[in-house]
Amino acid sequence: MEPIHTHISRQFNTELEDIRSRVLQMGGLIERQIQHAITALVNADTGLADAVATEDYQVNRMEVAIDEECSQILARRQPAAGDLRLVVAVIKTITDLERIGDEAEKIARMAQRLASEERPKNNYMEIQSLGNHVRQMVHDTLDAFARLDIEAAIRIAREDERVDKEYEGVIRQLITYMMEDPRTISRMLNVIWAARALERIGDHACNICEYIIYLVKGKDVRHTSLEQIEKEILGRSSPTGKQ
Amino acid sequence: MNLSQNAEANTAGKIRVSDLNFYYGKYHALKSINLAVGANQVTAFIGPSGCGKSTLLRTFNRMYELYPDQRATGEIRLDGEDVLAPGADVYRLRARVGMVFQKPTPFPMSIYENIAYGVRLYERPRRSEMDDRVEGALRQAALWDEVKDKLRQSGMSLSGGQQQRLCIARAVAVRPEVVLLDEPASALDPISTLKIEELIYELKKNYTILIVTHNMQQAARVSDRTAFMYLGNLVEFGDTNTIFTNPSNKQTEDYITGRYG
Repeated sequence: MEPIHTHISRQFNTELEDIRSRVLQMGGLIERQIQHAITALVNADTGLADAVATEDYQVNRMEVAIDEECSQILARRQPAAGDLRLVVAVIKTITDLERIGDEAEKIARMAQRLASEERPKNNYMEIQSLGNHVRQMVHDTLDAFARLDIEAAIRIAREDERVDKEYEGVIRQLITYMMEDPRTISRMLNVIWAARALERIGDHACNICEYIIYLVKGKDVRHTSLEQIEKEILGRSSPTGKQ
Repeated sequence: MNLSQNAEANTAGKIRVSDLNFYYGKYHALKSINLAVGANQVTAFIGPSGCGKSTLLRTFNRMYELYPDQRATGEIRLDGEDVLAPGADVYRLRARVGMVFQKPTPFPMSIYENIAYGVRLYERPRRSEMDDRVEGALRQAALWDEVKDKLRQSGMSLSGGQQQRLCIARAVAVRPEVVLLDEPASALDPISTLKIEELIYELKKNYTILIVTHNMQQAARVSDRTAFMYLGNLVEFGDTNTIFTNPSNKQTEDYITGRYG
């Protein structure tokens, strides 16, 4: 799909541009929320953890507002083709963004519980590392959305496989701690919940990448393997060279 | 594989247009059109004014022959029979291919006679049989309940939407195979428009329907397949769902999203 260009109705043009930029705005808010949640957990900063919860109200309000704008465009403009796909993709994307916000809030709650407890020697390095990985993924996803970049979208979906691997590694490590010292179990469970929330954020980012592919290519690639997506969308590894 | 073969057979069935060119004097209005229309399907033709969609519609029953200096070359096969062939029986063709126009055109006679008149052009049914034909046609056009008590009143006394349904009843009364609709709802209010659209959905069970419309949402609502025309060319022809969600041609996309011009 071409980047959005002029409509005969300039008003319609403005409306479509507006929902696009508001998704990116909401995405920016969420990126910050993830960052704050991770920092709150790693630095035992309960003030910052409180801020994440406040930010979540803002995210929820944005979701409702963008949703409403999308309904209005559907009702008043009856968009077709690329315009329709944009509205549909936006409606779906903001749902996943809102869920990412919820996961960040969960991490912030865990940060609050962990703040008053004893700190491990590595200062939750594994959460910091997994968190950065996931936050970068969300950042790249929003970038791909802004630039309608399907190659990036597919790359990010691949990245989620690495996030899942890293998550499994973190869980194994935490289980080892618990076996070594059962007194840490209740504390470590909170860390597990936080790791789990990060892993879920990666999944939501991955969903958004699928909507980007739908938006650009008009193909619904949900429940399709990455290999299949690469073959269909990028025309790679197809033996005849044809799509 | 089987599915796509079936789809092919279904869409290839009723009408096959190949290399159709049309001229208004020296003006080349249709440029080598090729398309196939399946039986019992609704095919919509969309495109900006002057793109040739109404011209194309009027070739299917050779309506253009009413005007001098208009000619068509190429083939239009209706069930395999070339309707453009010089020896083709135009009279019979127009019985097989009915037409309804943009503005309702009831005859200045009673509702009953409006329908009986068309039937009598082709056959001479007995009185009781004619009554059945008139009632059947009015029922098919979803007009019977509104006019059954005033069949002797003038067709001109009906509202615009009713008049248009009367014209549809008149078209189907002669039992055509194909019905051509040229902007059938553009002069009607939204409720009458929806009634006509509902009717199109019912009529396709018995007829093959070709509709020209300026209202793209209408094309999206009523048709199985959509053809986008531009400057006398058939730019894209495909499944309506695909055309309106993911057209493959940039011009089609620009037109249906309102970026044309």
